[in-house]
Amino acid sequence: MRNSSSIDDSTWEGLADALLLADVGVATTDALVDGLRKRVGREGVADADGLLRLLKVELLARLGEADRDLALGGEPSVWLFVGVNGVGKTTTIGKLGYRESVSGRRLVFAAGDTFRAAAADQLSLWADRSGSTVVRGAEGADPSSVVYDAVAHAASRGADLVLADTAGRVHTKANLMDELSKVRRVADKGAGTVTETLLVIDATTGQNGLVQARQFAEAVDVTGIVLTKLDGSARGGIVVAVQDDLGIPVKLVGVGEGVDDLVPFDPEEFVDALFAADVPA
Amino acid sequence: MFESLTNRFEGILRRVRGKGRLGPDDVDEFLREVRVALLEADVHLEVARTLQDRIRERAVGAELAGALNPGQQVVKIVLEELTEILGGEAARLPYASKPPTVILLAGLQGAGKTTTAAKLARWYKARGRNPILIGADLQRPAAVEQLRTLGDRIGVPVFSEPSDPVAVARAGLAEAARLGRDVVVCDTAGRLAIDDDLMAEVAEVSGVLEPHHTFLVIDAMTGQDAVSTAEAFHARLGLDALVLTKLDGDARGGAALSIKEVVGRPVAFASTGEGLEDFETFHPDRLAGRILGMGDVETLIEKAEETFEKEQTEAAAARMLEGTFTLDDFLDQIRALRQMGPISNLMGMVPGMAQQMGDVDVDDGRIDRIEGIINSMTPAERFDPDIIDGSRRARIARGSGTQAGEINQLVKQFREMRKMMKQMGGRGATKKKGRKGRKGGGGRTTARGPVPVDRKKGLSLPGLGDQASVPGLPGGGLDRPKG
Repeated sequence: MRNSSSIDDSTWEGLADALLLADVGVATTDALVDGLRKRVGREGVADADGLLRLLKVELLARLGEADRDLALGGEPSVWLFVGVNGVGKTTTIGKLGYRESVSGRRLVFAAGDTFRAAAADQLSLWADRSGSTVVRGAEGADPSSVVYDAVAHAASRGADLVLADTAGRVHTKANLMDELSKVRRVADKGAGTVTETLLVIDATTGQNGLVQARQFAEAVDVTGIVLTKLDGSARGGIVVAVQDDLGIPVKLVGVGEGVDDLVPFDPEEFVDALFAADVPA
Repeated sequence: MFESLTNRFEGILRRVRGKGRLGPDDVDEFLREVRVALLEADVHLEVARTLQDRIRERAVGAELAGALNPGQQVVKIVLEELTEILGGEAARLPYASKPPTVILLAGLQGAGKTTTAAKLARWYKARGRNPILIGADLQRPAAVEQLRTLGDRIGVPVFSEPSDPVAVARAGLAEAARLGRDVVVCDTAGRLAIDDDLMAEVAEVSGVLEPHHTFLVIDAMTGQDAVSTAEAFHARLGLDALVLTKLDGDARGGAALSIKEVVGRPVAFASTGEGLEDFETFHPDRLAGRILGMGDVETLIEKAEETFEKEQTEAAAARMLEGTFTLDDFLDQIRALRQMGPISNLMGMVPGMAQQMGDVDVDDGRIDRIEGIINSMTPAERFDPDIIDGSRRARIARGSGTQAGEINQLVKQFREMRKMMKQMGGRGATKKKGRKGRKGGGGRTTARGPVPVDRKKGLSLPGLGDQASVPGLPGGGLDRPKG
């Protein structure tokens, strides 16, 4: 597919395979390939290189010109982190907290994961690295009240930003999703304003990622995606479908366990990596 | 969103109706749908391809006879092929002849290793073993604290020290010997398959532990990357089996199938919830149905068998079929059901339920409210909910923190369920009339006659016995959430 031979059936198949192996999904892959077939005829593209270039253009168009900045504007602003279990919410907060404190913001961490054993300890260790305060509740405490207290604490200390962790939850559990909606509402009730609700998705996630995004968006009005673990061999292609279907842009990317390993999402880099040579066959 | 394979076939079925056998073109039409279903279930592309070929071979020219329509015939072939891949029998986990039996857990970050370690230790403890947990994840902040908390919860000692994973493993084995523990479960840090340093480290841990069983812990939501991850871990550690986690979500778990096909290692355990008891040995034949969106009847039956006290169940069943089932009986049944795990998990195991209910939620919170309502009733009210009038209703609502409307709904649905049960009981059950029937009692026989209860399987789940009786789970458990 990557040489300059002419386009035949195997070229198309190779292209679809690459997309499917990157977890882009059947529906999005079919739509992309159909669109490309029309364009290739119209624009007279005759070789595989040209086809790949065109595909990248299509993908970038789908990823769009979204605003990927993290919004501020509350006193304090609250950034809420949600997602299924084990995607890296706490680690993302740790890294983002470090980044924001280096850039001069005063932060409070809200240990809203009161379910997982030692989750608050984990967050506290990250907070130490950025010299931030952590507001935590007892294990099993109401996460809404922990977040509310953290916002109040931040307001009283004149902090700029609250990073609120929540327990991982599978999106099929109605009661846990209700709990999350409540956290989102309560976070807005005090002095603070929720300016970002970020859904954390693991790059290894397959087609279930789209279902996750849809359910979380319904529960808490997600403003952006954090795509974690992109330093592995997984490509995270499901976020193409997420942005395409739900219009939720990826804002941040996690690329390692170090404190600096959280970077802004770069669509071009992401699209290039979807087709990197070491795609497992 | 995802459809079950049967739904996908509907369009094709109309075209092939009346044919005596399926030609290659017919089969290819079915196979296109099979392929999409497999890929949406995260089955690896290459594995899906191999499967398609095998299915084509069997389906082309197959006689269309007997009770199955062509679609069902293809579904049956697909299911058989998937089951074949997943492996005829369950993984065997023998104990070491010279204790302790050592188990190593490895996997990517966030797959659920630490929780799995505790669940596994609890599982062994429930089987009379004396496990110890080793916390060799020194990478993730507070991972050892998490393991210690979980260890406390299940009453299993946890060993760790702030040195390095290899030293922890070595000292942990010594500690197991000192304490005379006979099962060792070692948690390790999550690592990427392409991180050579960390992969070398876990290989070294494995070298020290010389584990009898090495499990790869893998998230049921994993996509196409699952195969290369499993291959990398297998190359370093020599995997024995998988633990498939987060099966309580709606991910189809095709990754497990792919790994079994490519790496040749079966799934030993499945993790089905956040509770430490939500953990069971894995039965290969069941994932096949899940991948195709077709439910998981056997697991449900087995859970029911495990949990229900047989006598209690039979007595309740008899009363149910007589129509003298009370709200007290109902409460017992709810409690027994809940011992089996969250209701929402159970629902996913009933065939057809997932598609029938669409996005209707079965919410454990609502079940909690039903329990609250019944608990706030007097014995007389539980025995005969018909006596509940306005003032009684107001008292129950106050007591249970619910609304009068919810109580009405519960009573109404309970009454309907009782009626339905009685109809199901029909002739057979009325013979041994134990308790005095109440209002409208007597044993009416329905036109359909008695519905057989499968005594051999000892199953009698009110409202869950089969698909037809599912609406009988009263109290809005199956209702659309309000607001």
